[in-house]
Amino acid sequence: MAMPLALLRLRLLALALLLVASSGVASGQDTERIEGSAGDVLEDDPVGRLKVYVYELPTKYNKKMVAKDSRCLSHMFAAEIFMHRFLLSSAIRTLNPEEADWFYTPVYTTCDLTPWGHPLPFKSPRIMRSAIQFISSHWPYWNRTEGADHFFVVPHDFGACFHYQEEKAIERGILPLLRRATLVQTFGQKDHVCLKEGSITIPPYAPPQKMKTHLVPPETPRSIFVYFRGLFYDTANDPEGGYYARGARASVWENFKNNPLFDISTDHPPTYYEDMQRSIFCLCPLGWAPWSPRLVEAVVFGCIPVIIADDIVLPFADAIPWDEIGVFVAEDDVPKLDTILTSIPMEVILRKQRLLANPSMKQAMLFPQPAQPGDAFHQILNGLARKLPHDKGVYLNSGQKVLNWTQGPVGDLKPW
Amino acid sequence: MMKSLLPQSQLRRAAAAGRSSGGGAASGGADGAGSDGGAGGRAPAASTFWFLLHALCCLVSLFLGFRFSRLLFFLLFSTSELYSTSSSSSAVLRATTTTTTTTTTTTTTTNTFTLSFAATSNPPPSTLANHTALDSAAAGTSGHTQSHVVVGRHGIRIRPWPHPDPVEVMRAHRIMERVQEEQRRWYGVKEPRQVLVVTPTYSRAFQALHLTGLLHSLRNVPYPLTWIVVEAGGTTNATASLLARSGLTIVHIPFPDRMPHDWADRHATENRMRLHSLRVIRERKMDGVIVFADDSNVHSMELFDEVQKVQWMGAVSVGILAHTGAADQPRLSEEDKQNMPLPVQGPACNSSGQLAGWHTFNSLPFTGKTATVVGEAAPVLPRGLEWAGFVLNSRMLWKEAEGKPDWVKDLDAVGENGEEVENPLILLNDPSSVEPLGNCGKKVLLWWLRVEARADSKFPQGWVIEPPLEVVVPAKRTPWPETTAEHSSELLNTKQDQEDRRLSRTNRSSRSRSTTKRKGGVQGQEN
Repeated sequence: MAMPLALLRLRLLALALLLVASSGVASGQDTERIEGSAGDVLEDDPVGRLKVYVYELPTKYNKKMVAKDSRCLSHMFAAEIFMHRFLLSSAIRTLNPEEADWFYTPVYTTCDLTPWGHPLPFKSPRIMRSAIQFISSHWPYWNRTEGADHFFVVPHDFGACFHYQEEKAIERGILPLLRRATLVQTFGQKDHVCLKEGSITIPPYAPPQKMKTHLVPPETPRSIFVYFRGLFYDTANDPEGGYYARGARASVWENFKNNPLFDISTDHPPTYYEDMQRSIFCLCPLGWAPWSPRLVEAVVFGCIPVIIADDIVLPFADAIPWDEIGVFVAEDDVPKLDTILTSIPMEVILRKQRLLANPSMKQAMLFPQPAQPGDAFHQILNGLARKLPHDKGVYLNSGQKVLNWTQGPVGDLKPW
Repeated sequence: MMKSLLPQSQLRRAAAAGRSSGGGAASGGADGAGSDGGAGGRAPAASTFWFLLHALCCLVSLFLGFRFSRLLFFLLFSTSELYSTSSSSSAVLRATTTTTTTTTTTTTTTNTFTLSFAATSNPPPSTLANHTALDSAAAGTSGHTQSHVVVGRHGIRIRPWPHPDPVEVMRAHRIMERVQEEQRRWYGVKEPRQVLVVTPTYSRAFQALHLTGLLHSLRNVPYPLTWIVVEAGGTTNATASLLARSGLTIVHIPFPDRMPHDWADRHATENRMRLHSLRVIRERKMDGVIVFADDSNVHSMELFDEVQKVQWMGAVSVGILAHTGAADQPRLSEEDKQNMPLPVQGPACNSSGQLAGWHTFNSLPFTGKTATVVGEAAPVLPRGLEWAGFVLNSRMLWKEAEGKPDWVKDLDAVGENGEEVENPLILLNDPSSVEPLGNCGKKVLLWWLRVEARADSKFPQGWVIEPPLEVVVPAKRTPWPETTAEHSSELLNTKQDQEDRRLSRTNRSSRSRSTTKRKGGVQGQEN
C-alpha cells in the first residue's frame, strides 16, 4: 500500500514543481536564455579551453598602418585591430608556442584607406602573402601544418577574396595561401566561394561607446513599425539599378515608400539610434555585400532585424539561433514584406523581443574596450575552442606540401 | 508606371549612348549598333539589308520603347543554347513571370540577349557576371554546390498595387499596441495597485460638465480603478445614470447634508465628505492608492503613473488656476507681477531631495476680490493646501495594517469633534514624513479649478429636454413680426389689428390672403 501513496506524492510534487516553473517563466519580464545549435554557449568562458600564440610581426604590418590613418580604429572593419589588442593582454595568450592550440598573425589587411575612408583591397593579398612568408620563415609552426592551426581576421567585404566587387571576388576566390587556415570574417553566404567551411563569422565593428550614449529609457513606447535608413539606389556605382543589393533595396523603396507603417528614407538623422529604439522592426537588407553593421545596431537597440539577404550566414551562427531572433525574408518576397511582417503571430514577436533583450545577446555583438565577458572577442575564442582538438590530418609529414605558393594572379606574387 | 519608366529610361539611354561609343542613331539605336557592329564590312546588298533592319529597329523602339525592342529581338532570335545555362534560364523565367513590371522584364532580358551575340562590341558589365556564374556553374568548383543566388543585375520587383492594405495596417497597429503593453509590463510599474478615486459632488448645472471630463480621464487610466463618488444631499438619479454610463467600478455614497451656496462652507462640507469616504474605505477594507479628484479638476495621465510609487502618503504639485470669470483681469502692479510666485501648490524639497516645506498659492493679490458665493463672477481661491495634492495608501487608514507607521493617526480621532479638517496632513502626527512625488514636486501633475454657475441657474434635469421646448423666438419664415418677449402684448394687439384688416380685405383678394394664411398656418405647425 505504500507504493501507490509514494507515487501519488511524487506526482503531486512533480505537478507542484511544474506549476512553480511555469509561473516562474510566465511572471512579468524576462529574457530567455539563448541557445544555438552548439548549445548554450554564449556565456562560455574560453579561458582554460585553448591557448593562442600571437606572432610578433614587424610593425609595418600592423602598428604603422594604424599610425598612418587612425580612421582604421573606428570604421566597420576595426575588428582586426581590436582583436589583436585583446589577444595581447588576454589570459588565453601563451608565450610558449609549443603549447599553443592556435596561432594568430596580426596583419591589418583592411587598413589601407582612400581619402574618403574606404579600404582598398588591392594590396591586401600581397600584404597577407608577405606576412605568411615572414611567419613561415621565422617560425616552424606554419610549415608544420601549412596554416591549419592558424587563424586570421579578414573583416573585408568578401573576406579573404580581397575585393569589394562580388564578381571579381568570386573570380579571385580565397587567397590560396589561406586555404587551410581558419578565417574569422564578417562575410557569410551559404555555398559561396568566399566562405570557407569552418570559418567563423563575426559581426562588423560598431562603436559601443557611441551606441551607449544614445540609449533612451526602455519604457519609451515602440511606435514605429518598420525602420530603415540608407541607400536604395547607389546612383554612383549602379546608375541603372538592379545591381546594387540585387535590386532588393530598390524594391523595398518602390513598394513601401507610400506606406505609413514603413519609416524608410535615405536621410541621415542625428536621432538614428534613438529612432531604432522606438521601432519594432529594423530592415537589414544586403548592400554590395550581404552583411552590414545594421544587424549589430538592431540587436543592441532591441529592434527585431528583418534580414533580406538570400543565403546569408549571420555572426556566430552556431551559438546564436538567428531564426528565432530575426525575421528572414527572401529577396523575391520583398513586395510582400508588409503582409509577412503583419502576419507574424504576436507570441513570436514578443518572444523575439525577449530574446533580444537578453544582455548576453547584445554583449555578443559588441567589441568593447576593454573586453568584457561574453563579448564578441570571447565568442570568437569560444568558436575557436569548439574546433579543438585538431584532427590528425592537420599535421603534415615533414616535407609534405599542400599549398601552392605560386597560385593566384601574378600581381599578388609581388613582394610587399 | 510610365512616369517611373521615363527617368530611368532616360538614364539608360544616356548610359547606353555613353557606352556605345560612336554607335547608334539618336533614338535608342545602341542595340542596332551592337548588332551590326561586327558586320560593318559586308557587301552593299547586305549593308542595305542591315540598314533596313536598323531602321526597323528604330521604328520599333519608337513605338515600343528602347528596351522593348531588345525583348522583341530576343524572342525572335533566341537560340537553344541559352536555355541550357542555369543563370539565363532563371532570367528567362523571370521574364515570363513578372510581366506586370516592364522595367524588370527588359532589364533582365538585356543580359541574355547580349549573350547570344558574342561579337557585340560593348557588352554591359553585367555580362561578365553572367559569364563568371556560367563558368563556375559549368566547371563546378571543387565539390561544393553552387549557390543559387545569382550575381549580377536583378529585376526590381514591384507589386502591381504598391499601396498599404487597410487590414494589414490595422494588424500592424494592434501589434504595436500589444508590444507597448508588454513594454509597460516590463519596464513600467511592477505591480500596479488599484487606484481609489474620491470625488465629492452634488447636483447642479455644471455637474455634468465636470463629471464627464473626470469620467473620461479616469477611463484612460491603465490601472484597475474604483471611483468613489460622494454626493451631497443624497444620491440622485441624474448622477447615478451618469456614473452608470462610465463603465468604471463605481461606489456611489450619499452624504446627508446639502451643499451650501457659500464657498467657505462648501469647502468645509467637501472636506467632511472626503473624510466620510475615507471611513467607507476603511470599513470596506479597500486596498489601493487614494487619489482625491475633485470633479472640476483636470488630471494628467502621468499623475496616475506617479501615484503608484507612494509608500504611505505622498504629495504632488497642483497647478492652481484662479479663474476670475470677469472680463477684466485684476490690475496687478509691476511689483506684484514680479513677486508673483507660481500658481502651484505642492511640496518643496531641499537639495538632497527631501521634503523641506510647502509651496502654497499666494492669495494676496486677490484679497478682497474673491468670490464668496458659488457662481459669483470672481476668482475662487484654494484655502491653504488642497486635498487634491495629496495621495494616500489606503492601508494607512485600516485599523491594522502591516508596516503601518506610527506617525499616522487613527481615522476615528480625526474630525470627530466637528473640527475643520483642512487638509490630509491632519491625519498625521508628523507631517514631515510625506513623500514628495513627481520629481520632488517639479512636475505639475494636475490642475485645480473652480468654475460654477449660479446656484439657482436652471438646467434640464438629467440634461434631457422633457417636455419639448416651446417656441420662444419665431423662425424667419413665419409672417409674425420679429418682436421680443416684452412686446408680446403689443404683438397681440397688432395681430388683432391685422386680423381685422384681413377680414376687411377679404373681398378684394381673398385667394392670396387665404394662401398666405394657410402658409403661415402650416409653417406655424412646422415650428
